[in-house]
Amino acid sequence: MRSGELGGAAGAAPPTPQFTGPLYAMNDLLKKYGSEIETVLAKYPVEQKRSAVMPLLYIAQREKMYVSERDMAEIGEILDLDPTEVGSIVGYYTLYYDRPGGTSRIQVCTDLPCALRGADAFAAGLCERLGIQLGETTADGAVTIEAVMCLAACDRAPMFQLQNGSGLKYYENQTVESTLSLIEKLKK
Amino acid sequence: MSEANNVTLTIDKQTVRVPAGTLVVDAAKKAGIDIPVFCYHPKMEPVGMCRMCLVEIGRPSKDRETGETVLDEHGDPVIQFGPKLDTGCTIEVSEGMVVRGFTEKVMDARLEMLEFILTSHPLDCPICDKGGECPLQNLTMRYGPGKSRFLLDDKIRLAKQLPLGELIYLDRERCIQCARCTRFQDEIVDDPVIGFFNRGRALEIVTFSDPGFDSYWSGNTTDICPVGALTTVDFRFEARPWELNSAASICNQCPVGCNFTFNTRREAKTGGDFVIKRVMPRQNEAVNEIWICDKGRFSSYHFSEREDRLTQPMIRRDGMLQPASWGEALDFAAGKLEELGSGLVALAGGRLSNEDLFNLKSLAEHLGGKAVLNTHVAGGDIVSRHGFKAGTDLAKLGKGDAVLVIACDLEEEAPIWWLRVKQAAERGARLVVANPRRTKLDASASDTVRYEYGEELSALDRLPERFTEAGSLAIFYGAEGLGLAGSAALAAALADLLSGSGVADGPCSGLVAVHGRPNDQGAWELGLRPAADLAGALAGAKAVYIAAADPAGDGVFEKGDRFVIVQDVLLTPTAELADVVLPASGFMERDGSYTSGERRVQRFYTTLPPPPETRPDFTITAQVAARVGLELEGRHAGRLFAMLAEAVPAFSGLSFNRLAEVEEQWPIVGREDMYYGGTTYANYQGLGAHLVRQADGEDVWAGETRAGEAGAQKRGARDAKNSGLLAVPVTRLYDRGTVISQSNTLAPRLAERHLGVHPETARKHRLLDGQPAHIRAGGREAKLVVRVTEAAPEDVLLVPRSMGLDLDGPSEAAVKSLVKEVA
Amino acid sequence: MEYILLRHRDIPNLHELDVYVRHGGFEAFNQVVTKMKPEDVVEEVFKSGLRGRGGAGFPTGLKWRFIDKGNSPRYVVANADESEPGTFKDREIMEGNPFQFFEGVMICAFAVGSNTAYNYLRGEFWELGDFLDGKLAELEKAGYLGDNLFGTGYSLRIHNHLGAGAYICGEETALLESLEGKLGQPRLRPPFPPSFGLYGKPTIVNNVETFANVPPILTKGADWYRTIGTEKSPGTKVFSLCGNVEKPGNYELPLGTTFRELIFEHGGGIPEGRGIKAIMPAGASSAIIIANDEALDTPMDYESVPRVGSMLGSASIIVIDDSVAMDWLVRKTLHFFKHESCGKCTPCREGTYWMAHLIDRIHTGQADADQVGLLDDVARNMEGKCLCALGEFAIQAVITGIERFPEDWKKEVPEKMM
Ligand SMILES: Cc1cc2nc3c(=O)[nH]c(=O)nc-3n(C[C@H](O)[C@H](O)[C@H](O)COP(=O)(O)O)c2cc1C
Ligand code: SF4
Ligand code: FES
Repeated sequence: MRSGELGGAAGAAPPTPQFTGPLYAMNDLLKKYGSEIETVLAKYPVEQKRSAVMPLLYIAQREKMYVSERDMAEIGEILDLDPTEVGSIVGYYTLYYDRPGGTSRIQVCTDLPCALRGADAFAAGLCERLGIQLGETTADGAVTIEAVMCLAACDRAPMFQLQNGSGLKYYENQTVESTLSLIEKLKK
Repeated sequence: MSEANNVTLTIDKQTVRVPAGTLVVDAAKKAGIDIPVFCYHPKMEPVGMCRMCLVEIGRPSKDRETGETVLDEHGDPVIQFGPKLDTGCTIEVSEGMVVRGFTEKVMDARLEMLEFILTSHPLDCPICDKGGECPLQNLTMRYGPGKSRFLLDDKIRLAKQLPLGELIYLDRERCIQCARCTRFQDEIVDDPVIGFFNRGRALEIVTFSDPGFDSYWSGNTTDICPVGALTTVDFRFEARPWELNSAASICNQCPVGCNFTFNTRREAKTGGDFVIKRVMPRQNEAVNEIWICDKGRFSSYHFSEREDRLTQPMIRRDGMLQPASWGEALDFAAGKLEELGSGLVALAGGRLSNEDLFNLKSLAEHLGGKAVLNTHVAGGDIVSRHGFKAGTDLAKLGKGDAVLVIACDLEEEAPIWWLRVKQAAERGARLVVANPRRTKLDASASDTVRYEYGEELSALDRLPERFTEAGSLAIFYGAEGLGLAGSAALAAALADLLSGSGVADGPCSGLVAVHGRPNDQGAWELGLRPAADLAGALAGAKAVYIAAADPAGDGVFEKGDRFVIVQDVLLTPTAELADVVLPASGFMERDGSYTSGERRVQRFYTTLPPPPETRPDFTITAQVAARVGLELEGRHAGRLFAMLAEAVPAFSGLSFNRLAEVEEQWPIVGREDMYYGGTTYANYQGLGAHLVRQADGEDVWAGETRAGEAGAQKRGARDAKNSGLLAVPVTRLYDRGTVISQSNTLAPRLAERHLGVHPETARKHRLLDGQPAHIRAGGREAKLVVRVTEAAPEDVLLVPRSMGLDLDGPSEAAVKSLVKEVA
Repeated sequence: MEYILLRHRDIPNLHELDVYVRHGGFEAFNQVVTKMKPEDVVEEVFKSGLRGRGGAGFPTGLKWRFIDKGNSPRYVVANADESEPGTFKDREIMEGNPFQFFEGVMICAFAVGSNTAYNYLRGEFWELGDFLDGKLAELEKAGYLGDNLFGTGYSLRIHNHLGAGAYICGEETALLESLEGKLGQPRLRPPFPPSFGLYGKPTIVNNVETFANVPPILTKGADWYRTIGTEKSPGTKVFSLCGNVEKPGNYELPLGTTFRELIFEHGGGIPEGRGIKAIMPAGASSAIIIANDEALDTPMDYESVPRVGSMLGSASIIVIDDSVAMDWLVRKTLHFFKHESCGKCTPCREGTYWMAHLIDRIHTGQADADQVGLLDDVARNMEGKCLCALGEFAIQAVITGIERFPEDWKKEVPEKMM
């Protein structure tokens, strides 16, 4: 609610100062996923908790499908890393995103083996039907179609992986039609 | 390293003998042979990234069966070369190795690597700040292709003027991904606040810290960047390196005494006068190696450029300070001093040189008065008996040695010492850190000891050991939560600890006081002492002669009917009260020497001509002295130093010539070798020399008549515990002290005047983070911003010095939020 | 032939723990832990002649011998990054026969005295990771993992760790960096992982398929194992067959089987009656083989494939038919390597970028023959100068594509481009 809608000064409460500082800066990730984060941390030696940075980034990315700078800082706080060290990881690996894209990402393998089995044509056909270019997101923000490198499913081309908040799933031996109907389902 | 550990190899037909474990590129460099590098830096672990150092490396071939070296028909060993070139930066020398650095294969590889690097590098040398001292430019001229076969259309276009925070700018097109900067930040100074983003050709440097590139060390990355990708905000687009003059100097910001070089140039905007364009580290491996901190780099000289510099003597007439000639001012000052007779208190700041202090003390004593040092750290007299001596070098501390750091936030108080101690720990020295709260040094410590403020002495009983087995024991104590009395008591106890360890004479054993000013230790060595009750001492004097100190600003001085002489560079609050104001030259406008906390005496040289009407402090004092019948050397700092060395035993044997001696240092920097060590200046002007350790004696300064002061402070601390809140003075590197405050470059980095509070304590006292609060402690009060931080122990207010409220020691405090509470 | 690795094709539901146990599962591990000395396990594997299936074919037993026993803790890491274009064998093993793979990891862990093992899966294997998490939980519950196994003092745990999309993390030292939570860039070697691996501790890294070979070797013995395959390349291999072939998929065959047998007998030959033009035996990293009779009759093992100018690598056989032009193919591989170059070393970072630009121009007809020469030259300038093998892989298809198929590069350059 914008303050203007309150109608006049009488209703506008003064801004309430909040505690900040490390202890009170409530780490949202910890608050939300505390026990899951603990399970992840338990996999690695205590003095090597930096190893947990990749799993924690997947957790941070779950809801918005990208990692915000705040997430980086929070993960840094949990793992005793500088936010820059966390950010570097986001930048290096292709399955993390530092900015919002489609809610779902359809990532078609167009690498050599799949391309030998018609993957380029499949990706082009799909984009044409959706009215977008490779790498773009549909107008409703539902899906981004991207070309990616080999996904170890070369014998079942055309294929793609669907990445969204709930994880990552393979769809193999696809046609443009089967994919379009999946997209329809995703939109619901 | 003993001769037995040496190996002999051949590099480009030259026989070279170096310690085993030496890398091929270093061995070549030592022999004066160039193997070009970009990513390799002699201060960091090799990474083999840039591939510029590819050479042919062969080893004597061994018979598989017998293990014997195979010989050819001439009886020479058969040398086996691999099919590929090897990176000289990653391979250690071995006996009989043969390195070829100038074969066709090697020259081709250099050309190819340069061609690769240049595919993405912009050709903007004419406008690049690095031009003229750029490794990539130099190596391209020497080994590179005449032209590129890469199509310009395919060239990558990236951000060219990207601030990584307020101090450092990044040009992403120029970056060659050597990772020297990121590795420096991570490996050397443990601030991994810049890093790589993306991968492959898209790799780029980023920072996600807040503020960007948040490190006290950032400037060093611009020295070791082998291209113009990283530049400092104060120098970019300011001048070309070949137009610059340079003068050797010593940093005036802390007791470490980093060696640096001022680069100057005549500028139109100053009417053709010389101005300082930048500060560059100058190599002294026993002091600062090739690094300096950002405070020294970005804020050490700006005060000299102030519009309101004192450039004219002044005399108070009709209640107003009025310009006067030097003759008038000196006559007036001297006349008054003679008239008032004994009872002069000369208050001196530790920014004065050894020569200045010597003269001032001589004058005060001649007049039957005394010279008082303006400081918050005591124990310098104990340090002169137990401190470092000739041959001591923190770089030699390692396995088997021990370092104790107590009551000190070392990175904040003396950044380079933090670095040197951290490195000693990394080399295997046992590091014990004792402090009431966590500091950055804890990360390097083998043991940490926590104690409550005021409990420093009993903390010593809880040390994990007495260090009796150590080869050397170096002890640092600082000013964390301590005033004069506390630090005097601590220094005495530490001297006992050192003596009791039995290793006090170890090669690198010694006690170091982390003073607040560059020459505080020099002042102690010269016999100046602080006053336990400075306000009282000043109030009791008929005449005061204040040089490089601002007691009025510090709230311990009122003019009354005292006669006041002030000698300074700026019109401080104290100067405003003076009867006579004598304008002094800044340290870059004259020469002289400082004594570092490690008891190393080092020379600084004249960088700029002084503003016309200013004079060096020692000159002014000598001119006053001459008028009261005392002959002091006032013209020549070197001659004065020689006299000082005659008179003061600790300085015996030293001379300006001795201080100017240099020897070959490793790594080699400067010269043609910019690609190797970076743009740090080689040291041709002197490495300085240690003072002689003084014999132990009885007359230890412990707060003068108030020897029980430490106990009193401790009681103060305990009382505070009962009442609830204890305010303690701590030190922040970026404070709001007089010198640092004059720098526009660092201004955005200076914290607001604040106090640090633990979250629990904040809650208890209803203090809100980022909001103002009123604090009353130690008889003073101030309005400060609250910073909630887990670094603060509970029920303690951390009050940084020179940030609005200067405490003499731990004091009981009352604090109240200035924000109206919301119901 | 009886399957040794892809046994799930014979035995339904082999991925269920009870099924696996009923078919002899964990007998080897039990034997090893309760009855054998670790050194003897290493020696048995050494004697079997098993060679690493991740690409380099390094003798597995020899690697295990190199473990630095004087330093602990020690780790075992399974390389399940499987990212080489054309390779999809580890995935099938882990999906169909996960326990045999894990049992191999467990035997290795015991043999080298490790109590913790990690399975580094490429991030795209997310679902598989979930599935394997479940399997590991079952193993703990059933007492095959955990403390005091089989009543001995030996304890072992395995954890899955997901990567996040970086081919270079298949390179073992980059993998370890990644597992440590850092950028997955290769380390300098030496030191090698058996002395300086995960967290700087002694570590064995092996491929998934390599591990899957271990339980049968211990159950049936090294001598039995040596009866399969060739003298220097014993055992079977899972060949991932793909590209222009009728029946793509994984085929487990003895090492030394010929290309012809794989492609034409098992794979059903080339579709639509087209001819076979070339073979890439090691995925996108291959030197391209001209598919003549000599090549087709070459046995697929570590020694023979180099004789026709390539390497067996991970044995991901990409079949290229005569409709494919080399400039198109090389463009595909170059964009892959440009995308996957970690950026750590100059020649690979700049070279893959430069070559990708060149091949784009060449493929789209915007370049003349000089540019093909330049492409070849850039590739050769990278040769032997990169920090890790990726850079070397990147130039294989370029150099051999130009050298062995020269007619594919004689393009008409449109007048206006010249
Ligand atoms: C660029 C590059 C990518 C690699 N990718 C993989 C891979 O995906 N899976 C794998 O098992 N080995 C891969 N390797 C090989 C590994 O570095 C290593 O040799 C292997 O995991 C050792 O296991 P092995 O002896 O069982 O084969 C790769 C090597 C390089 C240089
Ligand atoms: S060859 Fe160099 S840039 Fe390429 S992946 Fe290996 S280390 Fe990275
Ligand atoms: S690779 Fe040796 S200096 Fe860069």
